Amino acid sequence: MSEKIIEAKHITKYFHDPLTIQVLKDIDFSINKGEFISVIGKSGCGKSTLLYILSTMDTDYEGELFIDNVSMKHKQEAELAKIRNEKIGFVFQFHYLLNEFSVLKNVMLPGLKLGKLTAQEIEHQAYEKLKILGVQSEALKKPNQLSGGQKQRVAIARALINNPIIIMGDEPTGNLDKKNSEVVFSIFKELAEVYNQSLLIVTHDNEFAARTHRIIEMEDGKII
Amino acid sequence: MNFKLIADISIQLLLARWKQTLVAAIGVTFSITMFITLLGFMNGLNDLLDGLILNRTPHIRLYNEIKASKLQPIDRTFSYKNHHHFISSIKPKNERLEIYNHAVIIATLNKDNRVLGVAPKITAQVFYNVGAVDLTGVINGIDVEAENKLFKFSDYVTSGNYIDLKNIPNSIILGKGAAEKMLANIGDVIQITTTKGERMPLKVVGFFQSGLQDLDNVQSYASINTTQKLLGEGNSYVTDLQIKLVDILQAPQIAKEYASIFELDAIDIQTANSQFETGSSVRSLISYVVGITLLVVAGFGIYNILNMMIYEKMDSIAILKATGFSGKDVNTIFITIALSIGFFGGLLGLLFGFGVSHVIDIIPFNTAALPTIKTYPVNYNPQFYTIGFIFALVTTYFSGYFPARKASKIDPVIIIRGK
Repeated sequence: MSEKIIEAKHITKYFHDPLTIQVLKDIDFSINKGEFISVIGKSGCGKSTLLYILSTMDTDYEGELFIDNVSMKHKQEAELAKIRNEKIGFVFQFHYLLNEFSVLKNVMLPGLKLGKLTAQEIEHQAYEKLKILGVQSEALKKPNQLSGGQKQRVAIARALINNPIIIMGDEPTGNLDKKNSEVVFSIFKELAEVYNQSLLIVTHDNEFAARTHRIIEMEDGKII
Repeated sequence: MNFKLIADISIQLLLARWKQTLVAAIGVTFSITMFITLLGFMNGLNDLLDGLILNRTPHIRLYNEIKASKLQPIDRTFSYKNHHHFISSIKPKNERLEIYNHAVIIATLNKDNRVLGVAPKITAQVFYNVGAVDLTGVINGIDVEAENKLFKFSDYVTSGNYIDLKNIPNSIILGKGAAEKMLANIGDVIQITTTKGERMPLKVVGFFQSGLQDLDNVQSYASINTTQKLLGEGNSYVTDLQIKLVDILQAPQIAKEYASIFELDAIDIQTANSQFETGSSVRSLISYVVGITLLVVAGFGIYNILNMMIYEKMDSIAILKATGFSGKDVNTIFITIALSIGFFGGLLGLLFGFGVSHVIDIIPFNTAALPTIKTYPVNYNPQFYTIGFIFALVTTYFSGYFPARKASKIDPVIIIRGK
């Protein structure tokens, strides 16, 4: 029995605007360390909403969430930010790199924010991560000089910089062509299998999901 | 540690929009420049105008005034003690204007450490004889050295040497206006008639110009001895004691005190010249208001630019928050941006303000009325610079406060899902 890194207990969420709709109904599940999980379901079934709750960015829900066996209830905004910084890596559909900074600096930012290592050590780590993703040669360029696929790989490197317990992805391949999607998928696969990295990826690409370790399928706010 | 990172991000965001930043900073620079220049110039003028009066006005003047007796006969009857008295039959008697024992009083005053110095003075009404015409005039008999030390007498002697007044017996320094009317030159001897009808020749050793035309048409200066001779009085005759204090603000209180100690009339500078005080403070107030208005306008500029920056950088803010920057960090980033615009804009403004003040300071400004002034007056009081800089920081802080708060409240989920 491997350790649980994320545990959701009876999570329920409502949207109140314009009408009160229940989006998530009593979600109950957990993620173990090293698992590569995909969440699938039709548009509007609540899979992204669930992801944002699990990532602590959305705090308006009922039920309880444990990350690393610590309850996220009643935590201040600043504390949650610290948890995101330290324990969760994000990859979104859009890369969200800061064009003002070099690729390297973009990857380093969350590490600098965490402040556990010196700037030099973080830089070294950032190079390591970029190397894993095969974009170390682009380190000193600005993000807007990179191709879409490269940007997404840099975004994954940024997610990895603090060695998070889990990487969450919201349709990370949604904006990429077939070839680049394949590249990103194999990176995820490698992270999971070689580096024992836990991943939780929301996708509507069933082919993608089929190759992950575990599929969580959602419908009308429930896991089926 | 963390602040270095936040400062770094702020600087990068600033540089990314450097044109807008520059415009915002120029706004601050401009307003601080104007603020400093305006205050410096305005206060320079204030000092000049106040100086015209204040430098030459004693802080306290002790004298004997001709007035009706305070104690009229009706006051002496007890039967009408609680009634309103409107009978005041006794007119002023022929009192002497002389201050008795002035030497003792001066000695006492000089021992008081609130007093900077005392200069005795005699005021004598005279006529200047010009051909067949007599011009009315006033001769101030002064202790030349004390007068110069306390009231910068030499500054207003435009030609001739002021000390000659002491060294040459029976000499006079004529008011510029009076001299022009009398066609008198230095070295000439003019005729003076006193109110008692005595005539006396006096040698002109210089001209005096105060900047107040009316004064220059009438007033002249002579030494105390000459004036005493002119009036036919003895060595002890002095009508006024002019006192300069260490702290001018204490004048009203000390004046009252001396009036009761020496049983003389005493008038303090604040009472005598209250209109100057009012004029100065109103002018200062106007310059502060204009300066602050300029800064507030610049503040709105910064507010707009930061607001726009926040809309443009919505994505960046969202991702910073998603990757672990708290609302407080984002708030600090935008406050830092605003404050650095204020800091550098303000600093440049101080420099430019000093520069413009300096340019004004070297522009020639010659006016017949003000003999000692050669260029426009400017006040370089560091207080204006400090206030200007503090204003710059405070205004930019407030103009950054609301945009920063807005940025810190951005919900990353809404931004990220909106794509």
